[in-house]
Amino acid sequence: MSIEKTEDSNFEPLIVAFCCNWCSYAGADLAGTSRLSYPANVKIIRVPCSCRVNPMFILRAFQRGADGVIICGCHPGDCHYSTGNYYARRRMTLLFSMLDYLGIERGRTRVEWVSAAEGVKFSTVMNEFSKTIHELGENKKLRDLRCKEFLD
Amino acid sequence: MQRIFGLIKDRVGALLADGTVDRVIGWEKGEFLYDHTPAIFNAEDDLVDLVYDGFCASNLSKYLIDESKKDGKILALLKPCDTYNFNQLIKEHRINRDNVYVLGIECRGMLDIDKIRALGIKGIEKVEEQGDELYIQTIYGDKTCKRNEVLLEKCINCKGKEHVAYDELVTSGEDIPQVESNRFEDVEKLEAMTSDERFAFWRGELSKCIRCNACRNVCPICSCVECVFDNKDSVVASKANTDEFEENLFHIIRAFHVAGRCTDCGECSRVCPQGIPLHLLNRKIIKDINEFYGEYQAGQDTNSLGPLTDFTKEDVEPSIITEKGGEK
Repeated sequence: MSIEKTEDSNFEPLIVAFCCNWCSYAGADLAGTSRLSYPANVKIIRVPCSCRVNPMFILRAFQRGADGVIICGCHPGDCHYSTGNYYARRRMTLLFSMLDYLGIERGRTRVEWVSAAEGVKFSTVMNEFSKTIHELGENKKLRDLRCKEFLD
Repeated sequence: MQRIFGLIKDRVGALLADGTVDRVIGWEKGEFLYDHTPAIFNAEDDLVDLVYDGFCASNLSKYLIDESKKDGKILALLKPCDTYNFNQLIKEHRINRDNVYVLGIECRGMLDIDKIRALGIKGIEKVEEQGDELYIQTIYGDKTCKRNEVLLEKCINCKGKEHVAYDELVTSGEDIPQVESNRFEDVEKLEAMTSDERFAFWRGELSKCIRCNACRNVCPICSCVECVFDNKDSVVASKANTDEFEENLFHIIRAFHVAGRCTDCGECSRVCPQGIPLHLLNRKIIKDINEFYGEYQAGQDTNSLGPLTDFTKEDVEPSIITEKGGEK
């Protein structure tokens, strides 16, 4: 998990995936039990609901060296708490637009709705996202070099 | 301006004298002629210090959070734009409405001392307003300029001269000239740039930030008792910036915490000692909200749901941003 990444073609991105406990985390589980592969550099953080993801979490992930952040939740209408992901959807739309406005590459952030039954989708999405981040390269714009101390 | 000031002062005096209100929050002279500061007046005799002219830009609604919780009724002098913040704070249950008497006062737009100076008018000793003309006495002689040329940014893009909350209005009955403007013009200019140009623009602006927290402290909406940025354990509480990330993070979060609640009062940019156009961050969010979720003006009323505390099943997906065409 070091942020000291090399500039060469062996660049391995660090991807943080916020997965809601009820759908996407179970989807990731299903991907695992179905022996579907997804990149090992995707680090999953389990959250009770996609709505739990505070904009600060995303920025903090970038600050501490993440190259891409993806938020996965239940499909709209299927939220365990009825409406959580509807709020998350508005919040993330505005946040992503804001990051874009500040000149951060818009491919670095993403929201996907993955249900507990969609192991295949989870694996496909993660592979795709990892590929996008590979192409974008290292996150240099939103990183706090002081955080190096925390990680080393 | 002299006339409206006379009307306001008479009315405030009368309301204090007949016991309708116990205190008044208004403005008094500051050290310089252009920095009138908010002040509380407890008695009719104190009103000699009350001022109201083109340099009373500070928004008094935030002070009412504390003042309305004290005993007795307070009279607040609110300009039209200030009443939007007042309404928003009522909606969020921050102001005790029963303890406030809102005297809505006429406003012709507030003046920007830096713009006056930029016209080459230096050594200012006195500014007199007559209609749309400013007569300025300087140590180098008398100068004049048009009022509309030296308005504050927030007043050029004024939401209109109507008060949205008041107990009583004081107006002179004169026509107030409006300035034609498109408040999203600068946001659109930035949107038209490439991602790297935008990054360079914001780095240039935000790197000037000295983390004085003036933007946070003056914002009438940003009024949490405990702020996320006061957390000593966070890396963002440093007195000064040590890394460019911190400036970006601070300003993104500051703007985001008032998303859907910001009335676009423009106080953040006005008080910034470094001249960072902070309102452009808030305006971008307002523009997005208008585009994605329908026109919304925070503070227009006291009962509607804000855009971020509401949703529809047909809302746009965040992919509208992340999969937008053009360069990445």
